[in-house]
Order: sequence, then structure tokens, then C-alpha cells
Amino acid sequence: MKVSYYPGCSLHATGKEYDESMKAVSRALGIELKEVEDWSCCGASSAHSTNFDLSIALSARNLIAAEKDAMDVMVPCAACFNRFKMAEHHLKGDKSLKTKIEGVVGAKYQGGIAIRNPIDIIYNEIGIDALAAKVKKQLTGLKTVSYYGCLLLRPPEVCEFEDYENPFMLDKMMGALGADVKNWSYKTDCCGGSLSISKTKIVVNMVDKLMKAAREAGANCVVTACPLCMANLDMRPSKGLKLPIFYFTELISLALGVEGAPETLKSHMFDPRPLLSELKLI
Amino acid sequence: METFLEEVNKRIDGVPLQSCYHCRKCTAGCPAAPYMEYNPNKVIKMIQNGEREKVLNSSTIWLCLSCETCITRCPNKVDIARMMDVLRQMAIESGIGAKEKNVLKFHEAFLAGIRRGGRINEPMMMAEYKLKSLDLFSDVLLAPGMFLKGKLALLSPRTKDMKSVKDIFEKKRQL
Repeated sequence: MKVSYYPGCSLHATGKEYDESMKAVSRALGIELKEVEDWSCCGASSAHSTNFDLSIALSARNLIAAEKDAMDVMVPCAACFNRFKMAEHHLKGDKSLKTKIEGVVGAKYQGGIAIRNPIDIIYNEIGIDALAAKVKKQLTGLKTVSYYGCLLLRPPEVCEFEDYENPFMLDKMMGALGADVKNWSYKTDCCGGSLSISKTKIVVNMVDKLMKAAREAGANCVVTACPLCMANLDMRPSKGLKLPIFYFTELISLALGVEGAPETLKSHMFDPRPLLSELKLI
Repeated sequence: METFLEEVNKRIDGVPLQSCYHCRKCTAGCPAAPYMEYNPNKVIKMIQNGEREKVLNSSTIWLCLSCETCITRCPNKVDIARMMDVLRQMAIESGIGAKEKNVLKFHEAFLAGIRRGGRINEPMMMAEYKLKSLDLFSDVLLAPGMFLKGKLALLSPRTKDMKSVKDIFEKKRQL
């Protein structure tokens, strides 16, 4: 299949491992990506926290750019995904807002393309069986907890993510790769998101709680699909509580035996490679 | 004259806040509630009581993480996350500003980054935040490691059609 691809700002900076592994996994699974032409920032938390119209307009500019290619748009960053779905929700539900925003952006919004996160695309378009069939290296010994966070799931009417209080798609995917998936009650808790820089102490408390819960569940690593969760979980936990954190795409590319798959692991702040070498996975 | 409640309801443009029957599910699920001055359901009560200054001056509205757990679990579908956005915007527009000053300064630095290059260049944005907040020393120990790992790219590609981005910022002012 072929989709439009909106990387967003994080995937070209602190979340570059997500971008690189997403592209590698897409190649391996036969998903062709075409980057949205001349994209700009979605506005993230800062736009909607301060000005509603601005938040819709900044996302709308990108949705309109993506519409030119008339394909589903894959949005790996959970924050961008959330803002795009939110913009779509408001633009489709409020005609006068749509007219106003089109005036601000200077182009018409059609609303004809689906905004999709890669978990949904891999789970529903490729399928778990097809994914399992491509596995070359079982991730034996890797004990994972799946961490979905907030922005892929909520609000449910907007995000349309399956089983938003107890999501399962990442769990099934990791299981298909041979990982030992642990159950835990913190799949959908918040990591502290955008307060990481301005209210760091609060975020440290929040991620410490998550790390303790992951250990209690018997996990030796955490799997995420959001560059903000990654940044907070990878950098903010207190000493002695840190665990290796992986983008789900990094583990897929490792299990599929993609050449150069361990490369992205080098840039994690908490090095996950000792765990993987101990388990003879790299 | 419009009451505070009417004004907030109009801006939320959804389920009116009076539908809240204070079951406190929002507060129970709120990850930021332990750090807030007033719990989310209390804010609704205060809006009903017309306590405009107190609400707009509170830390609560700036500590809300927009995790959307409240709206997800509210039995009456009162959109508290949207309410927090509305209150923040009202605090800015009315000149009250932000009780949690650095939270707003971060947002300002972030938006200035979009306005400058269409996309966020993280080192530039962080430098601007630090100058605005004068919070100069936090996280400086993280920076060298991040830089060596290639996470802080000093030069990152910008949006080419910057006029279209700048226009969004200009035109939304006139709305």
C-alpha cells in the first residue's frame, strides 16, 4: 500500500529513531511512504493551550497539503495524530469554523483522506499473522509492557482508537515478535507530556510511578509509539528507576532482521543495547 | 451582561457545564490533580459561582496536561479538557496572564519557533524558552549528551512556503 507520510518536528530531532525505524519497517512490510509536501508544525500542545483557531489552522494547513496526494496520511507522532484528528473533528462538525479556517489558511479543506497512526495501519492493513510470518529473530527474553499514553486514544470520539481504556494492538504486535508481553494497568496513563520542560518535577513524579509499575509487572523494558512519551520515559525517571524504552517500530525492525536495525538504539539516552546483548538479540 | 458561566459555555460550544453533577470521576482520573490548586470539578463549581478572577488566576488551568482522561470518563460528556483550553485563552486575552508563568513562556517560545521556521528547531526553541523564563540552568547537563547522540540538530529543514505559515499567525489575530 502507499500512504502520505507526515513526520512532524519531533521525528526530525529528538524522535529521529522513530522516523528511521518507521521508514525501515515500512520498507520491510511493503508500505510505500510519500512525505507530505512542504509540511509545517501541527501546533502541538502550545497552540491549543493558547489559541483555538490557531491550533485548528496550523493542523488544517497540513491536512490540506496532504489532500493533494489523495491517500491516507500516516502520522507516527501521537501528538501530531491527535491534533490532526481534532482539527478534522472540528472542521467536519462546524461549517462556520471551516469557512473561517479556510480563510486563514487560504485554501479549501475537503476532508476526504483518512488520518491514521502506524499502529492501526500495521495491525489492520498488514495484519498480525503476516507480521509474525516475517519474523526472522524471535524477541525471546524481552519482557515488554505496552505504553500507549494519551494522545493516540483520547478523546475516543475523536481518535477512534480501538478499545481506548484497555488497548491491545501493540500488545498483540509485540507478542507476534516473540516478546513476553506483560499486563499492567498503566497503558493509558499520562507521562506528563508538554510540562516536561516547564514543570519538570511533576513529570519526574509521573514517570517514576510508571517505571515502578512496569517493574512490578515484571517488565524489563517499555514499548511506546509517541516521541513525547519516549523523551520523558527515556530521560526523566530518577536514578535507579530507568528501564530501556523502545519505539515499537525499533522492535519490529529488529525482529524482522532489517539491516542496520540496531543503529537507532545508539541514540537513546538510556542505552538499551546492554539488555539486548545480554538476551543475544543484537 | 453575560455571566462568566455563559461566556465559558459559549466558547466551549458543547455540553453546558451545568450538566456536571460532581461525581468527581474527572478529578479521580486526573494525573495532574495532586499538583493543582483546585480540582477539575471544583473549577466547574467556581465558574458557576462566577469566580472569574480566581479561576483565571489559578495554577490549575496551566497544570492541566490535556491528557483528555476527564472528557473520556465523564458520564455527562462535559468537555473539561476543552474548558481548560478556553480558560487559558481567556486568561491570556484578559491580560491576567499565567499563574504558572513558565508554562506559558514555554508555549510562547514554541509558537515563536513555528512562526520563525514553520517547524520546530528544538535547540533554538529551548534557547528562547530559557531566555524568556530565565530558567537557565535546568537540563543543561542533558544537552551535551543529546547533542552527541544527534538529537539536537542545530540546523534543521524549514518549511519553504513560510508566507503561508506567517499568514496563519497574522490572520488569526483579525478573527
